[in-house]
Amino acid sequence: MESLRVSLAAVDWAIVVIYFVFVIGIGFVLRKYMKSSEDFLESGRSLPSWITGLAFLSANLGALEVMGMAGNGYKYGMLTAHFYWVGAIPAMMFVAIFMMPFYYGSHARSVPEYLKLRFDEKTRGLNAISFAVLTVLMSGINMYAMALVFEVMLGWPFHVSVIASAAVVLAYTYLGGLTSSIYNEVLQFFLIVFGFAPLAIVSVHKAGGWHGIQERLAEVPGMTSIWSSVGSASHNPMGIEIAGLVMGLGFVLSFGYWCTDFLVIQRALAAKDLPAAQRTPLIAAVPKALFPFLVIVPGLAAVALGLALPEKNGAPVYDYTLPLLLKQFYPAGMLGLGLAALLASFMSGMAGNVTAFNTVWTYDIYQAYLKKDASDKALLRMGKMATFWGVLISIAAAYLVKNFDSLMDYMQLLFGFFNAPIFATFLLGMFWKRATGHGAFIGLASGITAGVTHHVLKTQGVIHYSSDMAAAFYGAIVSWSTCFLVTILVSLATRPRPEKELVGLVYSLTERPKQTVAWYLRPTTAAAVVVVVVVGLNIYFF
Amino acid sequence: MGLDIRLPIGLMFCILGPTILITGLIRGEPLSRNTGAAMTVFGAFMLTMGIRGQRRGTGG
Repeated sequence: MESLRVSLAAVDWAIVVIYFVFVIGIGFVLRKYMKSSEDFLESGRSLPSWITGLAFLSANLGALEVMGMAGNGYKYGMLTAHFYWVGAIPAMMFVAIFMMPFYYGSHARSVPEYLKLRFDEKTRGLNAISFAVLTVLMSGINMYAMALVFEVMLGWPFHVSVIASAAVVLAYTYLGGLTSSIYNEVLQFFLIVFGFAPLAIVSVHKAGGWHGIQERLAEVPGMTSIWSSVGSASHNPMGIEIAGLVMGLGFVLSFGYWCTDFLVIQRALAAKDLPAAQRTPLIAAVPKALFPFLVIVPGLAAVALGLALPEKNGAPVYDYTLPLLLKQFYPAGMLGLGLAALLASFMSGMAGNVTAFNTVWTYDIYQAYLKKDASDKALLRMGKMATFWGVLISIAAAYLVKNFDSLMDYMQLLFGFFNAPIFATFLLGMFWKRATGHGAFIGLASGITAGVTHHVLKTQGVIHYSSDMAAAFYGAIVSWSTCFLVTILVSLATRPRPEKELVGLVYSLTERPKQTVAWYLRPTTAAAVVVVVVVGLNIYFF
Repeated sequence: MGLDIRLPIGLMFCILGPTILITGLIRGEPLSRNTGAAMTVFGAFMLTMGIRGQRRGTGG
């Protein structure tokens, strides 16, 4: 890995230090406004939509997203854009238009709390506990990935990176709560764009522009197109075909994440009113649709330019595509900016997970099970304690993954087991008034069990797929379908809640607010524009 | 929430932008020069908007 080592000039160090000063400074300025648990954990529901929109996107820009997608660009080419144009944008439109009125309008403080209002305590408990555990573990994975990159690029010892990044994230989330995390996510968003956009431009330019990349990669099927090679799994480097792609990624996994994961929904719930909450995913969708040009295309340019990745155990380490490009094309000064952008992506992912964890822990575990009559002061104190412990557990998770690196795959796998079926629970909960609490709980547990069983059968060689990605997509479909069917069957066999208790929680029982704004300012119009742009991109890169 | 986020963003870019711009000019690196210039313009815009927002209390 010596090939990735860079030496920083004084100006690079200065840029990184200035970035740290501003990140902590924001938390420091905001600390005096943290007077109640609502201020600390919900941002006082006071933020404008452009801020929550950029934070909605930025909270998702963790290590695995930015570095992983650049690596996927190197490995799979433009096919990776499916994770954006099929695997994100439609779900973001759906949550904005159909689900946000229920999340925001029900006054639920978290996603598990919506489950409590719609179904019952046990469904909330299952979702809250699994989410809290997996969230801090994901934060630890972010930390681990970051420390590894800085060890390879700068020679920093692993524990220095872990402790330093944890201390900075802890400082600004402990001082300024969710608002500080969201404000920093907005700052980090702009830093990521300015840090990586020049890299995208220069790498594509060196490869002879888009047409130059197409010519250089003409021999490799599916690298520069997104649909023409997915008719059969054997015709593209991902080993996927259209049914698995659309149903597995485009429906189950994508809707499971963008429509139900509290990490992103929390940003929309911090908006000042319902229209702002609805605009949140729509605003996020615009940069999200363009992100392939920032992270995937540079990866593709690296292949076209013939840049060789460092190897581990004889196999290329795709996650090092972005560091390799930074080293290759960035001079002094720009290197500091690129490293600050990398740090920003790692830290926004970490802080997003920690602030989602502290809210779920405080409201859905502490207040729900441990101290039901907790005062607001006690909730604020617990929120801060949860932030501290969340960061400590993340550090422990980072070391755990360092010592047993296969754990990282297991943790992500585990995350998939829980994320896939939960969308079926929400879909039935919001759009079918007959769905019951027993149905939701047993359906969710069955969906998780089906996902685990599918994985075991696959690893034992009973079920075969053309690639691990195809297996993940079909595993998600099995898990979601099981949850959907079992929830329906059990609901039909159990007593539903009276309809009057479900007003504001279920689509058919809730009066839609009258649209008072002009048609061109409505969420549906904005969503239609985004969809047209994304369809256009799909056609261009067909 | 008492602080317009455009203020710190604008201020940070108004420091980072010229730093990178000057480095680019001294070392004759067009990439640093152009990026630094773009960051400076963006920083100045955000700072102006942030000051206005802070006065009016509209920036979050």
